Formats: sequence, C-alpha cells, structure tokens
Amino acid sequence: RAPLRSAASSPPLYDVVVSGGGMVGSAMAAVLGHDIHFHDKKIALLEAGPRKEYNHMPDRYSNRVSSISPGSATLLSSCGAWDHICSLRLKPFRRMQVWDACSEAMITFEKDDLDDMGYIVENDVIMSALTKQLDAVADQVEVFYSSKAVGYTWPLPSHSCDTSPWVQVELADGRRLQTKLLIGADGHNSVVRKEAEIKNIEHQYDQSAVVATLHLSEATDNNVAWQRFLPTGPIALLPLSDTASSLVWSTSHDHALELVAMDEESFVDSINSAFWSNINHSDFIDTAGAMFRSAISLLKPSGTAVRQLPPSVAKVDPESRAMFPLGMGHATEYVQHRVALIGDAAHRVHPLAGQGVNLGFGDIACLAHHLSAAAFNGSDLGSLKHLLKFETERQRHNVSLIAATDVLKRLYSTTLAPLVLLRTWGLQATNALPPVKVRI
Amino acid sequence: QLSLFRFTVKRPFSTSHSSVDSKEVKKFQLLAHKWWDEEGEYAALHSMNDIRVPFIRDTLLSMSSNYHLGNPLSGIKILDVGCGGGLLSEPLGRLGASVTGIDPVEDNIRTADQHKSFDPVLVKRVQYKSSSLEEIVEESMETFDVIVASEVVEHVADLEMFIKCCSQVLKPEGSLFITTINKTQLSYVLGIVVAEKIMGIVPEGTHEWEKFVPPEELERLLESNGFSVKTVSGMLYNPLSGSWSWAESTSLNYAVHAVKSGAQAQSHSTAPPPETDIQQHSATAGTVP
Repeated sequence: RAPLRSAASSPPLYDVVVSGGGMVGSAMAAVLGHDIHFHDKKIALLEAGPRKEYNHMPDRYSNRVSSISPGSATLLSSCGAWDHICSLRLKPFRRMQVWDACSEAMITFEKDDLDDMGYIVENDVIMSALTKQLDAVADQVEVFYSSKAVGYTWPLPSHSCDTSPWVQVELADGRRLQTKLLIGADGHNSVVRKEAEIKNIEHQYDQSAVVATLHLSEATDNNVAWQRFLPTGPIALLPLSDTASSLVWSTSHDHALELVAMDEESFVDSINSAFWSNINHSDFIDTAGAMFRSAISLLKPSGTAVRQLPPSVAKVDPESRAMFPLGMGHATEYVQHRVALIGDAAHRVHPLAGQGVNLGFGDIACLAHHLSAAAFNGSDLGSLKHLLKFETERQRHNVSLIAATDVLKRLYSTTLAPLVLLRTWGLQATNALPPVKVRI
Repeated sequence: QLSLFRFTVKRPFSTSHSSVDSKEVKKFQLLAHKWWDEEGEYAALHSMNDIRVPFIRDTLLSMSSNYHLGNPLSGIKILDVGCGGGLLSEPLGRLGASVTGIDPVEDNIRTADQHKSFDPVLVKRVQYKSSSLEEIVEESMETFDVIVASEVVEHVADLEMFIKCCSQVLKPEGSLFITTINKTQLSYVLGIVVAEKIMGIVPEGTHEWEKFVPPEELERLLESNGFSVKTVSGMLYNPLSGSWSWAESTSLNYAVHAVKSGAQAQSHSTAPPPETDIQQHSATAGTVP
C-alpha cells in the first residue's frame, strides 16, 4: 500500500512491526495476520536473512529440532500452520523417561489418556509451515527479507508530543519504517532489548549442546523421549521416526569439541555408553535409593514405574553433528511504551526441559490475546496498559520455570553424594506423586 | 421557532440561549494540555474507555446485521459532544466510525487535532470542531447515526435544551449514549469530597454537585423529548486498580442508551407527543442505521 501521508519525507507507518523472522517472530506475525480484529491493520515482519524456499523437504532430517507441547500445537493450529506441519513430518511422543546417571532414580511422564505428550518437529518444518501461512495473509503482513534493523528511535511519552509519537526503525539499506508497536523477537542477543536499555540478567553456562541425527540399531515404536542426567550434563534422545532420533547432549565445552571432532564410530559408542553405563553409581547411593523405593512401594504400591530401556544407536548421520553454546537469560522488563519482547529476546533457558520454543509460543498466545482485545476496543496498540498485562502474565509463568530449570541444571551437575541423594529421593518422590507430575 | 437556535455571530462561549456554561469552559481551559497523559489528571477518563467503548460498540453491533469484526463501526456517523482532547473520539474512529468531535473549549480542540495528526487513519475518520451543540444544529439536522455525550451532561447549563438539540441532529432511530454522575449523598461524598479533594482522581473543582443528574430525571427528559430509554446501567470506579466496572447501583456513575423514535413516531411512552419546538422531518420510514 502507498504511504498515506502526502509529505514525501514521512516513512510508511505500520500498526505492528515484528523484528526477527525466526520461529517465534514468524509465528507472531502469522497469528496477528490471521486475527479477525487485525483484518484492516498493517503488520511488518523484518528478517535479516534471505527468504528460504521450503518447497520440498530433504530426505535427511535436520539436526535442529524442537519439542512442541500440545499448547504450542494449538497456537500453530490457530494460524493454520499445524496442518502443514502434519502433512510434512513430525513425531508425536507419548512418554518421557528421565533418569540419573548416579543412581537408579527415574521419573516417567505420560498422560493418563495416552494422548500425545508432545511432538518432535524439525525447526525447518515449522518455518516452512509458517512461511506458507504468512503468504496466505499477505494483505495484512508484509515480510521484509534481507532487511536487518540497525537502529531504533523511541518516541517521547505520549502526552508531550510535537514530534512523531511512533517508533522509528532504520534498516541496514537506509530504508525507514514507523510503527505503533514494535515487537522484539530477535533472539537472546536482542538488539531491540539493548536499544530499549532493558536490563538483562544473563549467565553463560560452561556448557555447549551437541546435536546430531542418529539411526537406531533396530526399528522400534519410537514414541518415548529419553533424558539421562550425567554429571557433565543431560543427554537426550528425541524420536524422529521409528528408526531415527535426534540427539541433544549438553556437556562441557571441551567434551563437546571432542564429541564433534571424533570419528563416527567413537561418537556412537560415547552415546550408547552415556545411556547405558553405570560407572557413576556408588553402592551407598544405590542402597539408599533402593531403601527409599521400598518405602514408597509400601505406602504407594503403584508409585514405582517400570523402567523401560532406551534404544541403542547404530550410526550417526554424517555431517549432522554440530554444537552451540548454552546460556540462561531473563529480561527484567518484557515491555515498554510501544515495545514488547517475546521468545529468546525476553528469556533464554537451558534445553534440559525442552521448553525453549514453547515459552516463546506461550508469549505469542498471551500477547496476541491482549492485542486482539485492544484492537477490538479501538485502543492505541502501543499503550502500556495492555502491554503490562501481557508482561505480568508471562513473567509470572516464565520466571518460575526458568528458575526451576536453572536449579535442576545445577543440581544435576554434581556427583557429590548428599546432592545426589537429595535429587534421587526427590526424583523418586516426584515420580510417586501424581499431582506434582501433572503440574510438570 | 428555529430562531432560538440561530446565531449570527459564531462565538465559542455561551449566550443566554446556550447549553454551554462559561464558568465550565474556563475550568477546562486550564487543563487542555493534560488530556493525553494516561497517568495524569485524566487517567480515570482514559480507563473509562475500557467499559464505555465496548458498551457503545456492542450495543451498535447488536442493532446491526451487517458488519465486519475487523472494522466494526464502519459506515456509522458519530457525534462526540464535549469531546475534550478526543479521548473517546479516537477509539471510535479506530473502530471504523466517522466521528465529529465538538467541544466549546478551543484549546481542547487544538489538543485533539494535534494528537490525531500523526495517524493517517484518524486524520481521515475523525474531525474536530470548536463549537457548542446548538451551533451545529442548523447545518446538521438528522445527520448523525449516533451521539455520544460522555461525562458532559453534568456540565451543561440547560439539560432539556441539550437533549432537544441531540434529537435534532440525530437520525430517526439513531442512538444516544450518555455517561454521567448521579446526584446523591454518596456521589457528594465519593464523587466530590473523596475524588476531588482527597484522592485527586478528578481535578479539583471539575464537578458541582448541584449539576449532577439523577437517572430518573434524565430518563424523564429523554422520554418526553422523543427518546426511548433502552438501557440504564451503573458504573463503578476502583481507585486502587484504576479501573472501571459495571455495577448494579446507579448511585454514583451510570450510563444510558436511548433511541430516538422513528419518523412516524411509534410512541413508546404514554405521554402526549411534545409540542415544543423540535421539528420532526418526515424522513423515509424503514431506514435501519
């Protein structure tokens, strides 16, 4: 659409600009674009990279996958993306088994009704679906590819206005946009957050995650997600198909470098050993754990579940090994006048809980709800009034989860007997207590 | 009879034949630049939008069969009487209505014009004019689908005349929305003593209890001037949360929705049709707003 102001110098004005075209930014734009109250609004999505064509999925699985919760699936469904994902590929899982390398303690999660607990989906598949759904609402959403935002100018508070009350966005190629609301979805090194001078509490873990695509020794009903806490960090096997799984192994930087460099056979051996070996057990812990387990089985006979055995790995997809550093972060504020942060720009979490992208999708559901109501009330979209409601709701939800994940990460990073005992008993107790498990 | 409403010289302030009270005008002039500070003197009016905009929107949607939820008030012409800095005109404009906002205080109109000027959508849909209601009657007979008079009638000098003017500029079967304050002991204690003098929710001196309007009197005046009152609902402000809600009781604030009877006056009240100087144009019957 042509700029509406006749003065040639005025940059085009959008109702919402989303900065960052990853999974979370694209989903935010797609959800708003499909919202009925945004039918006559103008949304822009800024993505620094080029447009990727996802016309056909390669046979090889990608090594970057996400665990999608049922809540996230609902959100993706609301903008029509879930149907595309289902028609491409995804793997539902019914059960999660989590256990300790230093003891026999184990916890399993599954839904009573044998429904899907979650889905393992390649990130490329999600992006392909979202790109299609953005194309479907091109009247509402304009996507700017290869357009990195390099500068933002913030307006003065709304009542002291002789200058433009909108946020000014400057792109790398010199083009300018104005917007009533800027949504920062530009990742854990968010430029929006830094330029808005929002303080970020962050911490680099002394860990990297190694990812790879693995082929199992034998085909199996691969519908369980496995995670074992080693002293160096958790190793997880996420099902992709009946014969393939995705690896996410969080470990020290040095060990990660070794894993990525070693030959394929040794790599596969390391993985199998990590899942099966008991060298970290000590008699003391084993005895204490066994005692606790018998105590529980007296009180609650069904409280100890059957231990399933994880599949063993035969081979790794060549060139599927990669590593990336891990850290934790949380923005002290998610919103300011005319600005909102979502996804990793607002919060960065350790992958051990498989929550990262789900927190981002949760942010989108909440923010879209408030913006939709604001649009239907004729409100100024950048007004702090509804933005603060979004912030309160999400911080309340996110902070406890991020803190818990951080605590778990630290708790499981040790072989010290007292802490192992604590977490062993804790895990066993949690496994026996339905109400706590359901919350998780 | 129309001579009562004719002015040869346009004046922003009142004459003895106007519903505008010049003392009231002076009061608001002092605060003209404070309108758009959401946390400032007018914070309570800003948050009142959270209930009055949905009230107007949903009432109009329920009376219409043809609308789009992306642009719910599209095609509706609204007159915002006593629009102040445009706090209510802007959301109605964003929802698709063509809004004319009038206010006797020129500084308010200036503030309102300036605030909307950066948004091309509002520039197109919302027009402001420094004027009293009487001054636009002649050129705006039966022009508007909806009149909104929010937090206004407690400031006018002659309420009956105000209502008659509303009727004149409203199309038959058009809607009139009023929000105002009841005249009760409670409204004196809470509305003036607490709100103005103690908590500063309302700028001091804004209201005079004598001019507050009980809903019974408002209803009587409306019904005897060709309106049918459809809804009367209490409103309550919570100073701790800074938010408004609907309430059972009308002893403090309340809102009214009334509809002007159609041209072949299908009378809703048993009172005889008013013989005062409202000219009923014979508009074509059966026009649905």
